[in-house]
Amino acid sequence: MLTRTIALLLAPLVAATVLPAPVTAQSGPLRITISEGVIEPLPFAVPMFQAETGGAEQIAADITRVVAQDLTGTGLFREIPASSFISTPASFASPVAYPDWRAINAQALITGAVAVNGNQLTVKFRLFDVFTGAELGEGLQFAGTTGGWRRMGHKVADAVYSRITGESGYFDSRVVFVAESGPKDNRARRLGIMDYDGENRQFLTDSNSLVLAPRFSPNGDRVLYTSYESGFPRISLLDVASVGRRQITTVEGEMAFSPRFSKDGSAVIYSVSTGGNTDIYRTDLGSGSHSRLTSAPSIETSPSLSPDGSRIVFESDRSGTQQLYVMSASGGEPQRISFGEGRYGSPVWSPRGDLIAFTKQNAGRFHIGVMRTDGSEERLLTSSFLDESPTWAPNGRVLMFTRETQGASGGPQIYSVDISGRNLKQVPTGGFASDPSWGPLQQ
Amino acid sequence: MNKYLTVSILVGALALSACTRPDRFGAGAGAGADGMGVGAGAGAGFDQAGIGQSGLGAGNPNSPEYFQQTIGDRVLFAVDQSTLSAEAMATLDGQAQWLQANSDYLAVIEGHADEQGTREYNVALGARRANAAREYLISRGVPANRLRTISYGKERPIATCSDPSCYAQNRRAVTVIAAGALS
Repeated sequence: MLTRTIALLLAPLVAATVLPAPVTAQSGPLRITISEGVIEPLPFAVPMFQAETGGAEQIAADITRVVAQDLTGTGLFREIPASSFISTPASFASPVAYPDWRAINAQALITGAVAVNGNQLTVKFRLFDVFTGAELGEGLQFAGTTGGWRRMGHKVADAVYSRITGESGYFDSRVVFVAESGPKDNRARRLGIMDYDGENRQFLTDSNSLVLAPRFSPNGDRVLYTSYESGFPRISLLDVASVGRRQITTVEGEMAFSPRFSKDGSAVIYSVSTGGNTDIYRTDLGSGSHSRLTSAPSIETSPSLSPDGSRIVFESDRSGTQQLYVMSASGGEPQRISFGEGRYGSPVWSPRGDLIAFTKQNAGRFHIGVMRTDGSEERLLTSSFLDESPTWAPNGRVLMFTRETQGASGGPQIYSVDISGRNLKQVPTGGFASDPSWGPLQQ
Repeated sequence: MNKYLTVSILVGALALSACTRPDRFGAGAGAGADGMGVGAGAGAGFDQAGIGQSGLGAGNPNSPEYFQQTIGDRVLFAVDQSTLSAEAMATLDGQAQWLQANSDYLAVIEGHADEQGTREYNVALGARRANAAREYLISRGVPANRLRTISYGKERPIATCSDPSCYAQNRRAVTVIAAGALS
């Protein structure tokens, strides 16, 4: 487990003398307001972090790369190559040669240092606003083990991203997904887990039985998913650390699927099919008590809770086609919110509470889109043969989803896109992969 | 639950048991391959590996192979629908007669969808299709406790192209015969 310590690193005296005034994260030119849309990425420089102990050079270089890749990967930042640098800091405590960074138009400068003692790793960094000539925020230090070196880089990048955008970061997070292999008519599926950037991939189950649509718990310690291990679809709960799993006792029915955690992780919201009718239920994991949330003769599935836990968005075909509805978390009469052309499914409530992401199927194409929670201001972000199953980054600024290519040799891959519709890219998964569920920022 | 776990294992073993049980041996390999339209045609192409093994059994009208290949083990559905067509009802009439004549067998009806839909909705849609077939079989006299349903949504396509001809084959309910005692 990575422990995080915040240390105020005293600013070098010389640098302090050139500071015109303290700079806060709310002022100065070093600021990206994401909602306005960024056309020109902000140029930054990140000289290789200093190795402060012998033999730490490689891990310092690797961590520096993670920081740079996280930032450039957002599409909001552009890295200035080291070959352009006029000078580099002699040490972490050296005063910043602002003119050298202004000359190459670096707006942000990130400096860092790495120390390794046994398997203990310490990473510290500073962020400078080059054109105001001031440090932006305080220096931070992270301490952990060498095995978690990528996380240390993500922590640094999250802090930089947060200070410049005013939004929380999302780099130190993990994604659970379905890893797929084999031909289309005999595909093997198993649960996988990876860092948000596709690194550190591991399997959580074997591929002996079909698994569908995993969901992380609110704090990332457990995963709910649909498993055919018993021969029929049932809901399983998996502990991420031990990889132990058990079947949840749901209400009676022929099939149980589409599970999601309640906001405090103590209950499961899911669908059960009986006699061809699918409705949404809630089961308390502790007491095992059940409640029924919908009771219509149509299909009600794919529930998603609002971040305050008070409402549920779900899909239903009660109108004749798949559409999105919002109801109280305890059930009751739902309000339809989707009214555009086509069919809407797999809604997911943003962690910020402001938007609902969904899959839209219209005129032979699939789209990932977002709308406000009352259904207004619908925007489609993607378009392809088959896009589906969006999941939110912990800061509500980026979505991952499944994109499947067509034909006998086609298969699914995981993509990400930000809510402006820009920065569409594939997440490396080492093979076919689907149904991502993006977990929280790690502690 | 354990009963059905056993059933699903037995389903997988059927092709083999057909070869080792003398009473399953029939006369003509592939007899009736031109049987009832949809079901038989799709069934013959459905499991290439099983054709050689099951050929001896398919001529025996009481064999699961006969059910699969001659009576027709599957019915197809229109896009996003679970309504049974006249052709589907004719196939299910044959299934009901066979199931009543072979009361030692259970059946699991598998509902499927094509890939043109979201994953969880398709599980629910497959459940609706499987249930439509089950309800019809019950209406034709098959005891309800011999019929179980399962949906695989769009996860088990038999035709892999991405055009309407393949989608039509994948929107199906398949009646899988399983040996097993009623409890």
